[in-house]
Amino acid sequence: MATLSPTLASGDLTSGRLPKFTVPVAIVASLALGYVLASVLGGGNLALATLLAFVIYLVGIEIAARIVEGARQASDHRARNLIVGAFVLALVPLGSVSWEAISKGLARFDATYFSNSMRNVVGEGGGAAHAIYGTLWVTGMASLISVPIGLMTAIYLAEYGGRNRLSKAITFFVDVMTGVPSIVAGLFAYALMSLVFGPGTKNGFSGAIALSVLMIPVVVRSCEELLRLVPNELREASYALGVPKWVTIVRVVIPTAVSGLVSGIILAVARVIGETAPLLIAAGFTASVNNNLFANPMMTLPVFVYDSYAHPGTDIQAYTDRAWAGALTLILIVMVLNLVGRLIARRFAPKTGR
Amino acid sequence: MSKRIETTDLNVYYGSFRAVEDVTITIEPRTVTAFIGPSGCGKSTFLRTLNRMHEVIPGARVEGEVLLDGENLYGNGVDPVRVRRQVGMVFQRPNPFPTMSIRENVLAGITLNFSRMPKSEQDDLVERSLRNANLWEEVKNRLSLPGSGLSGGQQQRLCIARAIAMAPDVLLMDEPCSALDPISTLAIEDLIGELKENYTIVIVTHNMQQAARVSDVTAFFNIAGTGSPGRLIESGPTDKIFSAPDVRATEDYISGRFG
Repeated sequence: MATLSPTLASGDLTSGRLPKFTVPVAIVASLALGYVLASVLGGGNLALATLLAFVIYLVGIEIAARIVEGARQASDHRARNLIVGAFVLALVPLGSVSWEAISKGLARFDATYFSNSMRNVVGEGGGAAHAIYGTLWVTGMASLISVPIGLMTAIYLAEYGGRNRLSKAITFFVDVMTGVPSIVAGLFAYALMSLVFGPGTKNGFSGAIALSVLMIPVVVRSCEELLRLVPNELREASYALGVPKWVTIVRVVIPTAVSGLVSGIILAVARVIGETAPLLIAAGFTASVNNNLFANPMMTLPVFVYDSYAHPGTDIQAYTDRAWAGALTLILIVMVLNLVGRLIARRFAPKTGR
Repeated sequence: MSKRIETTDLNVYYGSFRAVEDVTITIEPRTVTAFIGPSGCGKSTFLRTLNRMHEVIPGARVEGEVLLDGENLYGNGVDPVRVRRQVGMVFQRPNPFPTMSIRENVLAGITLNFSRMPKSEQDDLVERSLRNANLWEEVKNRLSLPGSGLSGGQQQRLCIARAIAMAPDVLLMDEPCSALDPISTLAIEDLIGELKENYTIVIVTHNMQQAARVSDVTAFFNIAGTGSPGRLIESGPTDKIFSAPDVRATEDYISGRFG
C-alpha cells in the first residue's frame, strides 16, 4: 500500500525537543553576550545591552529550535518570546515609577506629613494634610455626581434604549466627552461657577464638577459594556416570574454585574484622582486645610505635587521631598481604592463554587 | 389552580415579519400539551405569546386573542407582569440566578416581588417546591450553596422549582430537556407527569418520543418554507396524532420522512 503522506512516515509522532535547561542557559548566555557587545559598541549602556541580549536570545532560540524541533515549534518560541518581551517592556515603566515614588517619597512619609498643612511653612516641615483632605473631598464629590448619572445613563443605554435615536445620540456624545481635554473640563467648571456665583469663584465643588465631566463618560462606557454582558436568559427568567423590569434591573442584572461595575467605577476614580490641570483652574491653590467644598479654594494632591515642584520656597530639597511623598500618597490612595473595590466585588460577585 | 387557554387567529410578528399565522387552539387544564414541529416553525414563539414573554424582544407584537379562562391576555389594561405571575415558564437552558443560593433561587419569585413571608412559611415553600421538582433529597443539605454549582439537570429542576413556587395556573416549558442527558430527562418527564395533576402544562419539544411519552394532546406546527410564517397544522389527542393523523405532513414528520 502506498504511503498517503510521503513526509510523514507512519509512527512518526515524536520530534526532537530542546533540553529543558536550554532556555535559562540561553538567557544567561545572551545577557552576557549583550553586555560584552554593548560595552564594545556603546560604552556599557544598560538599555542597549538588554536590547542586544534580547535580539541575540530571539535569534539563537529560533535557530536552535528550527534545527532540533522543527519550523512550527520555532515559530511558537518566537511568538512566545516576543510576547514575553512586550510584557517585560510594559512592566519597566511601572516598576520604575513605583521605585522612584517609594524611594524618594519615603523621605517625608511621616506623621507630620499627614497631620500638618503648609500653613505658614516656607522651608522644612509642613505636610500635605490639606491636599489629602482636598483630594478626598473633591474626588468623593465628583464620584457622588458621576456615579449615579453615569450608572443610570448606562442602564438606559443597555436596558431601555435599544438602538433608538436618543441612545445613539447619547452614545455619540459620551464618546465626544471621552475625548474632551481635561483642561477644557476645568475651564468649563470655572466658567460655570463664574456665571453662577460671580467671577473668580474657585472652590472644591467647582473642581468636583470639572472631574465629573471627565469621569461620567468613563463610567457610562464601562458600565454599559458590563450590563450588556449579563446574559439575557437571566432577565427572561426574572420576567417569567412576574418581576417588573425595574426590579429585574435592580435585583438581578446589577447584582450579577456588580463586580465589574465596581471595578469600572474604581478605574474611573483612579483616572480622575490624578488630574492636575482642571483642578488648578477650578479648585485653585491654598496652603491651609479647607473642609468646605463650597467656599474658598481647596488644595488637592496632584496640584500640591505640581506646586511643590514648580514653586519651591527657600528650601528646595524640602519641597521636592514633599512632592515625592505626595506622589506616593496618591498611588497608595488609588491602591487602597482598588483593594476596597475588590473586596466589595468579591462580597457581591456571582457565586460559582460547587 | 389550573386554567384553560384558548387562542383565536393568533398572529405573531417580529417587526414586519410574520412568524406565526392564524393559530387557533384550545389547551385544556390539567393536561400536558406538546408542541412539535421542525426548527423555526414558530412553536417557541407561539409558546412565548402565552405569557407575554414574546414582547420582551424589541419589535415583537401579537394580533389576536389569548384567553386564560376567558380573560384576554392581550386585552386593554392587562399588565404583562401580572400575566407572568399566573403563567410560569421554564426555559431551554437552565438559568438559575448566579448571585443567589439554591434556597434564594426557589424563593426568587417571592423576594423579587417584595412579598413578605414569615421564615417558617418560606422554609415550607422551599421544601415543598423542591420536593415537587424531585430535587429536595439531592440538595436539602446544601440549600445555602450557589444554584450555579448544581449539575445541568439539577439546575433545570431548580428552575422548575422556582417556577412552581409562584403557584402559577399554567406552566410553559420551552424544550426543557434539550440540554440534558437521558437520566435527567427522565427525571423531568416523571416530574411533568406529576405536575399535570395541578397545572396546565405546555411543552415545546424536538423529541417526538418525549412528546409521545409525556403529553396528552399534541399540536403539530409546520412552515411552508423559509420566510413564510409557521402554522398550526393539526392538534389532537397524542395517540391519534402519532397513530392516525388527519394531515399527511404530520405523518411525514412523525415518521421521520422530513424535518
